[in-house]
Amino acid sequence: MEDLSFQHRARGRAGGSRQNAIVGVVASGNLEVLVERTLPDAECRLEIKTAAVGFGEVWTAVIGDFVERYSPGGLRFSINDGGARPDTVSLRLAQAVRLIEEDGR
Amino acid sequence: MTAPLHVAPAERISSTSFNEASARTRVELLLDPGSFVEFIGPEKRQISPHLRIFDLPEQFDDGIVVGHGRLDGSPVFIAAQEGRFMGGAFGEVHGAKLTGLLRAARQIRSTPVLILFDTGGVRLQEANAGELAIAEIMRAVMEARTAGVKVIGLIGGRAGCYGGGGLMAGCCSALAVSEPGRIAVSGPEVIETNRGVEEFDSRDRALVWRTMGGKHRRLLGAADVFTDDTMQDFREAALDLLGLVGSFGLDKLKAEQMRLGDRLRRFGACEDAVDIWTAEGIAHAETVPELSADQFIALANRIGRTSRDAR
Repeated sequence: MEDLSFQHRARGRAGGSRQNAIVGVVASGNLEVLVERTLPDAECRLEIKTAAVGFGEVWTAVIGDFVERYSPGGLRFSINDGGARPDTVSLRLAQAVRLIEEDGR
Repeated sequence: MTAPLHVAPAERISSTSFNEASARTRVELLLDPGSFVEFIGPEKRQISPHLRIFDLPEQFDDGIVVGHGRLDGSPVFIAAQEGRFMGGAFGEVHGAKLTGLLRAARQIRSTPVLILFDTGGVRLQEANAGELAIAEIMRAVMEARTAGVKVIGLIGGRAGCYGGGGLMAGCCSALAVSEPGRIAVSGPEVIETNRGVEEFDSRDRALVWRTMGGKHRRLLGAADVFTDDTMQDFREAALDLLGLVGSFGLDKLKAEQMRLGDRLRRFGACEDAVDIWTAEGIAHAETVPELSADQFIALANRIGRTSRDAR
């Protein structure tokens, strides 16, 4: 297992009012993303525990692209990864933001 | 971003496969919309204390979703195992969440429990804690039932219901199962490893399904209801069973013992599930695996055998 952590400045606060959301399952080639609205509006943090060791550079690229596209300000992402491919990671991150931006609890 | 695809809830529940859905999706679609409240949700991070030691990934809910909600307006407790995380296997935290839910139901007495099994049994990396959890849960099921709680098992996930999960299913008030939902204690590979390929060929998928699959479990009377694979079908099956289950006591246990003894006398010499179906009076029993859900349900209703009076 490898632990990775990323801290980014976001252009703006993520929409919606939900406090947390979760998507995905920890399985081979899959991951779960828990997202919580716990940070100041311009900050974004991602903590990753991954079964695939040695892919820090790929994570850096995927997350940089994600923060640029979705501006997830105020959100803390906690990820348990079972060795998902970068496209699956991007998809789950996008789903997590979409879910927490929905109305409801 | 384009606007999200909004599918009407009624359409979603009838078009979503139980077998393919995640535990969370199953809970969401089985219960009345928006009624689910989770206990010890993923944000509590109540993860397994063991997996890190083995350098294995964790899941924030430890592979089981527990909580309460409403089914057709009435309160229910619900637990759903995530079969894709470690094969839905029982570990310390996973098991404790189900034990706690059943004990809460025992205290409250009037609220039934739905358990959506999807498990290979005990998690090998925390085997002692997992085995203890199995024993605790079986006791908690029986104590809840003794207090008047209906405990309904719904089985149709990809991991099936094996190992300790199979034992728990045997303790439930009633079971609903779909064709892909297999129920047994030892799995095909375990039997073959221990008893040899002549006893059980685990690569013979047709043999596995006609021995452990939902159709056979319904015809043997282990499962009361056979259902098609959609979430709508499982919701209706759960409601049916809640209406059917009667009171529980020593008489029921004695009746169940009689039922199982009778079953062994009638079918103990059979070599294959097809022999059992033939002995049950089913013409062309070898075609049972090919029947559609509707055709099979009609056949099973004609045979009638269920554990309803015994469990």
